[in-house]
Amino acid sequence: MREVILKAPGDFAEWRCAARGLLASGVTPDEVSWRGGVEGASLFGDVGSGAPAGPLSLPRELVEIAERVICHRDPEVPARLYRIVWRGARDRQLLARTTDREVAWLRSADKAIRRDVHKMHAFVRFRRLGEEAGRESFAAWFEPSHRILRLTAPFFQRRFYGMDWAIVTPDARAIWQDETLSYGPGGSKDEVPESDIVEDQWRTYYGAIFNPARVKVDAMRAEMPKKYWKNLPEARDIAPLLAGAEARVERMREAAVSIANPLTDKWRTRVPDELLLDDDVKTLDDLARAVDRCTRCPLHCRATQGVSGEGPADARIMVVGEQPGDQEDLQGRPFVGPAGQVLDAALEEAGIDRSRLFLTNAVKHFKFEPRGKRRLHQNPTTGEIDVCRWWLDKERAFVRPALIVTLGVSALRGVTGKSARIASMRGAVHGLEGGSKLVATIHPSFLLRLPDRERAAEERKAFVADLIRARRLAA
Amino acid sequence: MAAKPILEKLAVLADAAKYDASCASSGTVKRDSVASKGIGSTEGMGICHSYAPDGRCISLLKILLTNFCIYDCRFCINRASSNVERARFSPQEVVRLTLDFYKRNYIEGLFLSSGIIRSEDYTMEQLVEVARILREEHRFGGYIHLKTIAGADPELIALAGLYADRLSTNVELPTAAGLESFAPEKRPETIRKTMASVRVGTEDAIDAAKSRLIGKAKPPRFAPAGQSTQMIVGADAARDDDILESATSLYSGYRLRRVYYSAYSPIPDASSDLPPVRPPLMREHRLYQADWLLRFYGFERAEIMEGARGGMLDLAIDPKLAWALQRREVFPVDINRAPREMLLRVPGLGTRAVDRIIAARRLGRLRLGDLAKVTATVKKLLPFIVTPDWRPGNLTDSAGLRARFAPPAEQLALAL
Repeated sequence: MREVILKAPGDFAEWRCAARGLLASGVTPDEVSWRGGVEGASLFGDVGSGAPAGPLSLPRELVEIAERVICHRDPEVPARLYRIVWRGARDRQLLARTTDREVAWLRSADKAIRRDVHKMHAFVRFRRLGEEAGRESFAAWFEPSHRILRLTAPFFQRRFYGMDWAIVTPDARAIWQDETLSYGPGGSKDEVPESDIVEDQWRTYYGAIFNPARVKVDAMRAEMPKKYWKNLPEARDIAPLLAGAEARVERMREAAVSIANPLTDKWRTRVPDELLLDDDVKTLDDLARAVDRCTRCPLHCRATQGVSGEGPADARIMVVGEQPGDQEDLQGRPFVGPAGQVLDAALEEAGIDRSRLFLTNAVKHFKFEPRGKRRLHQNPTTGEIDVCRWWLDKERAFVRPALIVTLGVSALRGVTGKSARIASMRGAVHGLEGGSKLVATIHPSFLLRLPDRERAAEERKAFVADLIRARRLAA
Repeated sequence: MAAKPILEKLAVLADAAKYDASCASSGTVKRDSVASKGIGSTEGMGICHSYAPDGRCISLLKILLTNFCIYDCRFCINRASSNVERARFSPQEVVRLTLDFYKRNYIEGLFLSSGIIRSEDYTMEQLVEVARILREEHRFGGYIHLKTIAGADPELIALAGLYADRLSTNVELPTAAGLESFAPEKRPETIRKTMASVRVGTEDAIDAAKSRLIGKAKPPRFAPAGQSTQMIVGADAARDDDILESATSLYSGYRLRRVYYSAYSPIPDASSDLPPVRPPLMREHRLYQADWLLRFYGFERAEIMEGARGGMLDLAIDPKLAWALQRREVFPVDINRAPREMLLRVPGLGTRAVDRIIAARRLGRLRLGDLAKVTATVKKLLPFIVTPDWRPGNLTDSAGLRARFAPPAEQLALAL
């Protein structure tokens, strides 16, 4: 039986050096006993060659866990870790064996350390020491459950680079000064100031943010166990806050509702904008505002905004789509999403300047079904299209285009008031009431949905041809 | 009028802020103070620096800039007609408090909200100004959550997104009808538009980062911790179904990171048309569970509502169990063979337990005893699973299954 005596319990480098030597000489976990905390004792006793025989091949995750778990105060930890490392060097799958007894122990010990580290990040309370040349300095006393100071100090360094600080624990201290992090021996509470001027503000905040109507002491204690309370300035307020909670809530319940504050009317200088009456719609801008407030069908309940048409009021050509999609709904403009990009490319090919068109939709609000993080487009019903004709007709009356291009069946219904198949209308020019001509074609989103590339190219060609015909007819 | 001392202002303006449930400081970019030589860092996972006796985490300095407000939302302690004590911080005072608290490691950062004063734009400008001073003048690297004021100019929202980690706009009430009767100045479409401009800002920033030329400076991030919202539960007549309907619609439309559900709790000087009841904490809890099922367990809202009655979730048992009891034909599930999506539907198995089961079963078949090492509640699983050494038999379909899980009905206290 070999004996290893560790001088600095919790020091990973020392343990690793010993473990490497033992592994290299093939010492099994049963052939070694580990002792810790003997000041001045010889380091490793006889650990074989002592010099590590090449790099130790262990799963990286296992090394990272060992580095944390060595900080555990359980005196059995060095021995148990060696047993796991011994197995880990022979079984690369070891950590995946979540139902293995020793792996389960390792995981739970690691969890305890990580929790302790997390709680130290949370519960260290600095007190101000002073200020020199514009640089403030602070100190904190903290009692972690395990020997985790070296695991936590880098966090405080990253966070509090611009001030000097010291954290004193019973085992060790960390000091950040002149942009250098150093460690020293443990200390006592007396080395840190007894109070800090800001603590009154912090305690006031703590008391005010507490809601006396929802007392949940167990939830608090599960996350902020009592062992930490002695070093938390706000913890002394817990008992009085709890003692007064019930009475505070009772007072709120019993208090008669007071008369409305007489200053109310003075503060409320504004009335919300009134709904625009239909008769007040005198320009396309009025129309856009009125569309945004439209509640003629339930689609407004979920959509972001009503998206009305866009383009010059004297446009020769009006292009009518189905309804705003996800992007149009967010940005409040027609044809800015994927289908809009297809349309833009086709317009360019057809030699049409988008800025000279009036672009709009048969339905002004986006109809969709939520699915996880997406909104799936849904076709509007004929009822919804017909209700929304109110707005489309108004847009047509303002713009009086020479020609209307309808994209898809919904647009066709919106413009003509009748349902018809695109195929039956395509290729011919139709006359509309009021003198406009009509060219019916497909919706660009149809092109996006075609899986067959050849077919898509063909359909796209036909779509561009329709647009070219529209340009010639409107000229 | 003499200015109130800072302690008094703090008491008033923290008290007014506590009805906002969010205190999250997670999910933002990694940042530290090493390069800036200033103060502050964020490392992905937020830290709760303290807990109040209400069980809620204190991670941020959560305060209002002012509780003066021109709106008169009935559920709100700060509504114009309330006689609550009023106060107002200057931007410099908020900056001072934030830095003082932060340097003592009390907080992860600031969550700043405000009553509406003068106008939406003016109020938003003030909030942005605080964030600007912290970031630019003090090189503050901690977490900043700004309330976006619904209806404020999109340019101001865009500016807020450059300084803040998270932005949030509260829906407050899940239905348009509720909002109309309780918050006459708020409009649901204005709230949605503000959320839309946050999503557009985020996506524009991502596009700009993707199309950046090699060697050019990285474009600034836009609210890297995303946006969130809050709904009040129990102040109006909205059912759980309405609440989840609203939540799914918001998650899908505006890519919210979180929807917070806040049980309506009595406020000082409450409006007379509100229930003077204890906050419905269990209902709030069930809504959060349902929300988790939506986001991490692959459930659709309609499925969750299969276990509900009259549009309300079962208060006695959790929503996954309630669903499972209605859909017993899909159980029992074989722990060693079922796909991940199906394991996630087993009552008592969380995402982490499922991941562990999947990792462990690659190396050998799992028996009942093995399950105890990956999850705490094997007893709850029994009616719904099969292992080589366990079959539930008739238990899955037994009439008394619900009673096995539901707590016994509380005996009414007898009056003496």
